[in-house]
Amino acid sequence: MYKYDSYDQAMVDARVAEFRDQTRRRLEGHLTEDQFRPLRLMNGLYLQLHAYMLRVAVPYGTLSSAQMRMLGDIADKYDRGYGHFTTRQNIQYNWIKLEDAPDILADLATVEMHAIQTSGNCIRNISSDQYAGAVADEIVDPRPYAELLRQWSSFHPEFLALPRKFKIAVIASETDRAAMRLHDIGIKLVRNAAGELGAAFYVGGGMGRTPMIAPLIREFVPLDQLITYSEACLRVYNRHGRRDNKYKARIKILVHELGKEEYTRQVEAEFAHLLNQDIEPPLAELARIKAQFVDPPFAAGLPDAVDRSDPDFALWVDRNTLAHKAPGYAVAVVSLKPVGGIPGDATADQIRLMADLAREYSFDELRVTHAQNIVFPHVRKADLHALWSKLEAAGLGTPNLDQIGDIIACPGLDYCSLANARSIPVAQKISERFAANGKQDAIGELKLKISGCINACGHHHAGHIGILGVDRKGTENYQLLLGGSEGADCSLGTITGPGFSEDGVVDAIEKATDLYLEQRQDGERFLDTFRRIGMAPFKDKIYG
Amino acid sequence: MADVQFRFRDDEPVADPAVTVDAFGDQTNASAVRLEPGDDAAALIPHLERLRLVEVNFPVWTDGRGYSAARTLREAGYTGELRAVGDVLIDQLNQMRRCGFDSFAPSHELDADDAAAAFARWPHVYQATGDGRPAIWALRHAQ
Amino acid sequence: MKILTGNDLRSGAVVWWDGSGWSLHVAQAADVGHDGDVIAAREVAARAVVSPYVIDGEKVDGEVRPAHIKDRIRALGPTVRLDLSLKPADPAAGDWVI
Repeated sequence: MYKYDSYDQAMVDARVAEFRDQTRRRLEGHLTEDQFRPLRLMNGLYLQLHAYMLRVAVPYGTLSSAQMRMLGDIADKYDRGYGHFTTRQNIQYNWIKLEDAPDILADLATVEMHAIQTSGNCIRNISSDQYAGAVADEIVDPRPYAELLRQWSSFHPEFLALPRKFKIAVIASETDRAAMRLHDIGIKLVRNAAGELGAAFYVGGGMGRTPMIAPLIREFVPLDQLITYSEACLRVYNRHGRRDNKYKARIKILVHELGKEEYTRQVEAEFAHLLNQDIEPPLAELARIKAQFVDPPFAAGLPDAVDRSDPDFALWVDRNTLAHKAPGYAVAVVSLKPVGGIPGDATADQIRLMADLAREYSFDELRVTHAQNIVFPHVRKADLHALWSKLEAAGLGTPNLDQIGDIIACPGLDYCSLANARSIPVAQKISERFAANGKQDAIGELKLKISGCINACGHHHAGHIGILGVDRKGTENYQLLLGGSEGADCSLGTITGPGFSEDGVVDAIEKATDLYLEQRQDGERFLDTFRRIGMAPFKDKIYG
Repeated sequence: MADVQFRFRDDEPVADPAVTVDAFGDQTNASAVRLEPGDDAAALIPHLERLRLVEVNFPVWTDGRGYSAARTLREAGYTGELRAVGDVLIDQLNQMRRCGFDSFAPSHELDADDAAAAFARWPHVYQATGDGRPAIWALRHAQ
Repeated sequence: MKILTGNDLRSGAVVWWDGSGWSLHVAQAADVGHDGDVIAAREVAARAVVSPYVIDGEKVDGEVRPAHIKDRIRALGPTVRLDLSLKPADPAAGDWVI
């Protein structure tokens, strides 16, 4: 894991002092709310329905035990004993007082954490593959590149008042686990024909009101030009992104309106110019960062067998663990989606327990996934039973990874001031329905995603089944989408037709999955069957 | 016309009024120009020889196009005065300075102590922006 | 009736104008008539409240009921965590927001 040096620490400490000063000026009346709002947002502080909400960055989703423990302690000390893990690998707290916010940032800084640029019209937390460094299908660990970008994007003076927010994801495998092409910039590390490592740039993706899959604008950026190329992409956006209409201000609209070719031409011209400006860190800096992401000391000669005599444990192993690149190890995923629970929520005690278990069983390391789950990246197979037993005892052993109960849901109208409808109660009813009807296992992989408004924090466009909550004359109404995917086979879902009530959408999903069970051919997932047979039979089943 | 409140230059301020980019193209003796957010700073590059003052207007501080305009001019070799005018607030002073601004004419006078704290806020910087401050990566790998 | 609501500047708590000050309880909300904007501006200037706005409401069985579901959820608390709402002892409290 990356460790701050004195420079990094000094920057985060300076940010805490700056925000403490800004908060003071706000409370003393030197800043109006209109002036303060963008400043607090750039420190992750929102005003939500019931209180201030603080979003803490988890850079590329990687956490140490000490950091995780701090997240649990903050939940107790400043909030109401829980936190919510988000679809961008962050955590947010729902009941924060403005006066406390500087102290929370100071506490975070003691464990090399912060809330820098977790909101606002600036470059946000860099997200990545939650299994980075643990699975065999990556060509390289993407996180050092994400860290390089994190430092470049932190307080970048030119890009703190962009037309709109800006999200970057970095991956390094063919299996896209970070929804890379649904980001403003998606970076995929690749090798060129000569075997050299570089980066493919996909620019102009996103969800929200106008979902778009990012086009590839450059197949190969050499590693020693990564920052310069990113800067060129951002400068063209900062200058030409639309500022007349907030709903058309994301870079996806600029790329779409200019056309990929023209946007690329402008980026290349700016890039050629910037190459002469000496803004690129030396490769030695990348090497310095990479040295901190070396593999933990995996033991050799460990047994690969797992004692499956406990059927509940065996089920969890089958569902929630993945193959690790090192023999004798596994990747274990904690589902934060208990039946009837709130997706992504964890209590302070659960957070601290996971911190302790990571220290004991996973080389001190955890990951947050964009699906709002927690990963123990490096667990000895021989330790899986002990880990599971302790998770299970704390309500963290739900065996439903990537199943219909493993729902992504935004906070919705229960918490969020932007929402039009509640998301969480729908998620709860769906998980309860499919736990009760026993169809969850038969259905297998099904990614269900719920957003409470058009901003799509719940990634509904990218769900095999997506739900969008809307306000229909003051009543919550739910549109149903089918056929989305955030993976390497990225696609956007299609609306089935007229919307539903809360109960109605649960019924409609059961009908859709029943049709899938009738129609599927060997090995097909729900998404595969949908792609093969199309929308018409689903419409007939749902509305017929 | 707001006064210049902060200036980080030793030369004499330009007395000429800043003209619009359109007027600047016509008035071949003008030495001061005012850029609006939608103006293309690169259009001034052929005329750097006669330019002594560029005012970059921030009608609202949340419109950040002026930052790119400033860097574009500095990267092209402009060494004259680069003045931020308009909705210039305490919390943007430092990032403006980093993008190459060396004078500031806020539409409302700023608290001098808060401004001094803002200019001095950051012990180091992560990026090379041509403002003379070495990036942290350069300090890490200095020989 | 017209109701004035906002959030407490320091704590962020949802508050309702009760005629002379801010209350945590929508039941105490006063009908501000046409005065909402004036009160709001004054209270913002006094740094008592942040982002105030006037909404429609009605009295139902003596209780004040905001017209929009968003403000009813603000008045109650998250329906999925009634233990943290203003009616933690009422398991059916969530029905009120619908």
